[in-house]
Amino acid sequence: MDETGRDVNRFEEAYRYLNDPFNWTRPGGIADLLVEHLRISAVAVLVAMLVALPVGAVLGHTGRGGGFTVALSNVSRAVPTLALLTLFAVSPIGFGPTATTIALAVFAVPPILTNTYVGFRSVDRDVVEASRAMGMQGRQVLLRAELPLAAPLVMTGVRTAAVQVVATATLAALVAGGGLGRIITLGFAQQNDGTVIAGAVLVAVLAVLTELLLVAVTWAVVPGEKRLPFLRARRADPVPEPTSSGVPL
Amino acid sequence: MELLAVDAAPNPWFDPSYVTSNWDTIMGHLGEHVRLTVGAVVLGSLLALPLAVLARRSRWLAGPVLGLSTLVYTIPSLAMFAFVAPITGLTTTTVLIGLVLYSLVVLVRNFLAGLQAVPADVREAARGMGYGSGRLFWQVELPLAVPAFMAGLRIATVSTVALVTVGVIVGHGGLGQLITGGFNANFYRAPIVTGALGCVLLALLADLLLAGAERLLTPWTRRAAT
Repeated sequence: MDETGRDVNRFEEAYRYLNDPFNWTRPGGIADLLVEHLRISAVAVLVAMLVALPVGAVLGHTGRGGGFTVALSNVSRAVPTLALLTLFAVSPIGFGPTATTIALAVFAVPPILTNTYVGFRSVDRDVVEASRAMGMQGRQVLLRAELPLAAPLVMTGVRTAAVQVVATATLAALVAGGGLGRIITLGFAQQNDGTVIAGAVLVAVLAVLTELLLVAVTWAVVPGEKRLPFLRARRADPVPEPTSSGVPL
Repeated sequence: MELLAVDAAPNPWFDPSYVTSNWDTIMGHLGEHVRLTVGAVVLGSLLALPLAVLARRSRWLAGPVLGLSTLVYTIPSLAMFAFVAPITGLTTTTVLIGLVLYSLVVLVRNFLAGLQAVPADVREAARGMGYGSGRLFWQVELPLAVPAFMAGLRIATVSTVALVTVGVIVGHGGLGQLITGGFNANFYRAPIVTGALGCVLLALLADLLLAGAERLLTPWTRRAAT
C-alpha cells in the first residue's frame, strides 16, 4: 500500500517537473539542454556522414575493404561508449562539447560505413553491367545507377547512427558533459526520483522521435514505389530488417 | 601560459604499477562485470526463445513483438536504468533488468530470423517422414537455426559487455566504475584506460569463446565446407 502510494508520487513529481514552464525556460533548463543535445548530436552525425558516406561508397563500388569494414563494425561494438567519451574528455582536448562531439562522431562512423559499403556492394552486377553498356562512366554508374539502389541500406546506416548518437549523447552527463542526460544525473545526485523519471522520459521520447523522423526522411528520400512507412508492418510475415552484418540489429 | 597543478603532475595513459597495486579492486569490478553480462545474456535467452517461437506461430504476435523490441532498443541505456532505479534502488538488480531487456531484443530478433530461415522443404520432408511438431522443432528446426542463434548470442554478449559500464549511474557498472572513478579523481588516466581496455578485451574473449562453442555445436557446417 505504502509502496504503491510512493510510486504514484514519483510519477506525479515527474509530471509536475515537466509541466512547470520555469523548468523549461530558465537558463540551463530543459530547453537549453535540449538545444545543446541536438546541436552536439547533429554535428556528430554530419561529420560522420561526411567521412563514412564517400569512403563506404567507393569501397563498395570497387569491392575492396570488405573485411576491414566488417571488422571495424564488430570491434566498435565492443568499445563502450562511456569509455570513449571519457577518454576524449581526459585527452588534451579537454572535457566539453568538442570532446563529446568527436567521441560521438567516431561512434557514428561504423554503422554508416558498413551499411553504405554493403548497400553499394549488393547492387545487382547485371544492373552495373547494363549501365556501363549504356555508356555511363565510373562516376555516373556510382551516382545514377548504384546510389539509388543502395539508398535504403545507406539510410538504414544513417538512421542507426543518428539514433545511437542521440542516445549516447545522454552519457556525456556522466563525465561532466551537457545535454539532457544532465537531468538524470542531477536527479540521482539529489536523490529525487521525480527528476530522474522526468529526465528519462525526455531522453526516451527524443530518441523515439529521432527514429520516427528518420523513418519519414528515408521514405521521402529513397526512390521507388512510395508506400507509407508504417504500413510495411502489415505484411503477411514480418521479417526482421537486415542490417550490414547480415543479422538484425 | 598558466600551469595548473593537474598539468604538472605526471598523468600517463598507461601505468602498469596502477594495475598491480590495485589488482584486487580491478578484479572485484571485473567479477561484477562478468556476472552481470552472463546473467543478462542467460536470462535474455531463456525469455527470448519462447517469445520467438510464439512470434513465429502467429502472425498477429510477430508484428507487435518486433515493434516493441524496436521501441525498447531505441530507449537510451541511461534512461532505461533511470526508469528502473526508482523501483529497485541503487542495486545490481537495476542494472541486470535493463541489460536483460536489451539482450532480449537482440536475441528475439535473431532467434525469430533463424527459425524463419528454416527451408520449408526441409520442414515438409521431416513431416513426410512422420516427425511430430515437437520432434520437428527439437531435432530439425532448432539445429538448423543454431548459426543464427549463435550470431545473436555473440552480438548480445558483446554489446552487453559494453553496456554494463552505464551501470555506474547506480554505482554498479563493473569496469565502468574504474572509468568514472578515474574521471572523478582529477582525470586520473590510468584507471580510465584500464577500465576501457578491460571492457574491450573481455568482449573479444567472450566473442571468441562463443565462436568456439558455435563450431562445436554445428559440426556439419565444417564438413560441408571441406
